[in-house]
Amino acid sequence: MHRFSKQLCVVFASAICAGSLVSLADAAPPASRAKAFSTGSFDPFIDYINGQIRQGWKDNEVEPSPVATDAEWLRRVHLDLIGQIPSAETVEKFAKDRDTAKRSKVIDQLLDDPAYVQNFTNVWTNLLIGRRTPRRVSRSGMQKFLREAFAKNRPWNEVVQDLVTAEGHFEENGAVNYLLAQMQNNDEGVQVTAATTRLFLGIQVQCTQCHNHPFNDWKQNQFWEYNSFFRQMRRINHRKTDPKTGRQVDDYSEVVSTGFNGPVYYEKRSGLMQVAYPIFENIKVDPQAGIERRKEFSKLIVKGEKPLIASAIVNRMWGYFIGYGFTRPVDDMGPHNPASHPELLARMTEELVKKKYDLKQLARWICNSEAYNLTSQFGRKNEIDSPEKGESPLFSHMYVKNMSAEQLYDSLIVATGAHKSGQSNWERAETQRRRWMGQFMVAFDGDSGDDSTTFNGTIPQALMMMNGDLTKNAISADKGSYLNQLLSEKSSDQVKIRKMFLSTLNRYPDRREIKGAQSLVGSSKNKLSAYQDLYWALLNSNEFIFNH
Amino acid sequence: MTILNPYGMTRRHFLNHVAGAATTIPTMHFLSHLEANASQVKKQQKACILIWMPGGPPTIDIWDLKPGSKNGGEFKPISTKGDMQISEHMPQTAQVMGDLSLIRSMSTREADHARGTYYMHSAYVPNPTVVHPTFGSVVSYELGSRRKELDIPSFISVGGSRGSAGFLGMAHSPFVVSSDGTIQNAEINMTEQQRLGQRLNMLEVLESGFIKSKRGESANSHKDIYKKAVNLMTSKQMEAFKVDQEPAALKDAYGTGNFGKGLLLARRLVEVGVPFIEVSASVGSWDLHQGVFDSLKNNNLPQLDKGISALVTDLKQRAMLDDVTIVCMGEFGRTPRINQNVGRDHWAASWTAMVGGGGLKNGQAVGKTDSDGIGIEGKSYLPGDLWATVSHALGIPLDIVHTSKRGRPMKLANGGTPIKELIG
Repeated sequence: MHRFSKQLCVVFASAICAGSLVSLADAAPPASRAKAFSTGSFDPFIDYINGQIRQGWKDNEVEPSPVATDAEWLRRVHLDLIGQIPSAETVEKFAKDRDTAKRSKVIDQLLDDPAYVQNFTNVWTNLLIGRRTPRRVSRSGMQKFLREAFAKNRPWNEVVQDLVTAEGHFEENGAVNYLLAQMQNNDEGVQVTAATTRLFLGIQVQCTQCHNHPFNDWKQNQFWEYNSFFRQMRRINHRKTDPKTGRQVDDYSEVVSTGFNGPVYYEKRSGLMQVAYPIFENIKVDPQAGIERRKEFSKLIVKGEKPLIASAIVNRMWGYFIGYGFTRPVDDMGPHNPASHPELLARMTEELVKKKYDLKQLARWICNSEAYNLTSQFGRKNEIDSPEKGESPLFSHMYVKNMSAEQLYDSLIVATGAHKSGQSNWERAETQRRRWMGQFMVAFDGDSGDDSTTFNGTIPQALMMMNGDLTKNAISADKGSYLNQLLSEKSSDQVKIRKMFLSTLNRYPDRREIKGAQSLVGSSKNKLSAYQDLYWALLNSNEFIFNH
Repeated sequence: MTILNPYGMTRRHFLNHVAGAATTIPTMHFLSHLEANASQVKKQQKACILIWMPGGPPTIDIWDLKPGSKNGGEFKPISTKGDMQISEHMPQTAQVMGDLSLIRSMSTREADHARGTYYMHSAYVPNPTVVHPTFGSVVSYELGSRRKELDIPSFISVGGSRGSAGFLGMAHSPFVVSSDGTIQNAEINMTEQQRLGQRLNMLEVLESGFIKSKRGESANSHKDIYKKAVNLMTSKQMEAFKVDQEPAALKDAYGTGNFGKGLLLARRLVEVGVPFIEVSASVGSWDLHQGVFDSLKNNNLPQLDKGISALVTDLKQRAMLDDVTIVCMGEFGRTPRINQNVGRDHWAASWTAMVGGGGLKNGQAVGKTDSDGIGIEGKSYLPGDLWATVSHALGIPLDIVHTSKRGRPMKLANGGTPIKELIG
């Protein structure tokens, strides 16, 4: 018993001594900022992006953080593009690679990885129908549509056009699930209007459903004009008899067109009834029955050199990769909420339209930019660049992001090699994944999705990470497990410890961490359980669960 | 000691490990002193127990009977210890109605399950621009955050969660436990418990390194949540979840089903200082579109009757009833008209909610429906009025305004007014 507390003291004392060394050990050598940054990509548009961001640093007198170490950057770009951390082997290989263009090459490789398709399918399924599938919506239908879109890298404008004009059976045309998910209430298309303008146009007109916008010029009629485009459809829920129980159960749902014509009526706060016609940015669409309004809408939203649909996706993707968009939130753009880098946003929007809404190109621009390649550590010279305190982002360092539940699950699988041991059946693996996700998502449906950079974990999630089945499996030393393999290797404790850091945090431990781990392993009667404890701590650490 | 154990390991767990060491005795002494103080404080701590009847209860057959009307149905009213009559199938509750009250003129316009549930829990109608906090989250935000000695979450939902903390943030989300007090993943076996200490020490090495590397607030927030989770796992207050430790006679009095157990658990949680507990009245479906009388008589009401009367009696015996406000309702009432399947359908225009305890002026029925139960005679009430009444009882100032994430001001209980007759 005495031994126990003494041991604690040793750990603690070494923690204090080594504490001050951490930042030195971790930081990359000060790079000469005079030299232009490059990942090895030759696209001049990336230089333009870098120039715009640098101007912001100069104007605000901040000095950017150093470029991230290879290890930090590689982990980040894996999480952002393919939704999972790299394996230990990948990190080592990358560290040894002497090619000066290796970062841009990895970006291209990851964009062609099948996991890229899976990752963005996850991201957009959650945005379009939510994490919890509403009743009478087909999640698999939605995923199928998105998988195809991302696998073929379909132009974003066409994807959006398919989504807003969708009709038919929810598995035959998966795009209708977006509309079905927004038609849960009999609300005259209010939710569809709010979601469509927010997700695809990056504007929040829903407040004007009931009143004029308090901070900008948007009037109440605008909401109902947009709404007029979504009134010519309805959902049909088909039922069938379950042959086993003889009871009526859900069969399938579909979206069909109705012959709705004429204007939409709404009530002003004064009680006065008003009328609204389908109008988009001052272009009026004939309200007759024969005109398919959603089709007209889908043509109108791509008009012009800088349509909202393009700036909305640029802003959202910038925010996805860097933690903050040019506006906050990313889907509330407009005169009341000026962008942090308006010129850059406008130029990227134009370029994206010129590149035919190529989302991979957009990702390539962002991931090859200087801002994306900086470390997330900040120092005295850029600590005012702190959007979490409400400042406008300057992108002088990377912002720490939360892993999504999907990213966390897939990363746990990579870290522990669980996918190698027995989980070859895709369907079974998917079922297991959804079950874990379901549990993880309990008490996770607050005002989510708004802010990816504030940690919003809950106690149940922490308990699940500490004591849940997945963690138990991950640290098990059964045959075929990661730990079992590692421990059967003939290598020193230090080598083993370094390997464990590499496969979880994707970096080698610093002196203080080695000391802590060695004293844990060295003082234990049972080596195996000491390694389990170390692995437990690595998987539960803040560094593991954040994308930084 | 606290420095050595950054994850709140100062209590039971740590004591286990150092038991026998010379330092132990003064530590234990200090702790028990603290705990004694705490239990005194808790006696006067305000709390609310919400008994939620999912599906929408036919209050016309429970709290506001209409004998002589074609809508009256099969049940007869009986007299109570309060100044009102209730259903003959609630005989034990009738004996404690002196400590409870009825609001017989709830009029709430939302007759869809999801919308009504949202409205009754938050006092706001659903709106695509914002997620309003369920009232348990409001109480957690207002009262729970101030109860520093509380290791366990301040809003506990027994048997399922029916709302979220919305713009008040995840920390105030309902914490879901089953009616037997099981918390998923919180129980660890002996070996794991013995190893928790070294695991957490290693974790501390990692976490503090990341925090010191200056990457923003998130790294700290992560550590705080882990601290709370470890606190929960190792806290003495976890005993409160062990509802099975109650004497058999008391368990029988509450009822041995999930509902009775849930209520008994709620009382135990109030005792350790949890300010809001929601208990699902899972005594069979309340969505009684058919066979309403048979279901009520044979199933729902006997259990409800047992549970409510036992809870009130128990709280009173422990001198807690004046501090604990009880609310019992569902998302709406049911149609006065009886349909062709001897059922009642959704009805939000005129129905009854039960409130009690909490130092309110109890034993009365406030508000009135007409002789057929369809219209309201006199004043009607909204969920905001009900929650404003509860806020008054809990000592939460009514002029509090929360701010949504988009900066919109949100009045407490949607600006409702406490019901005059009840607050005296």
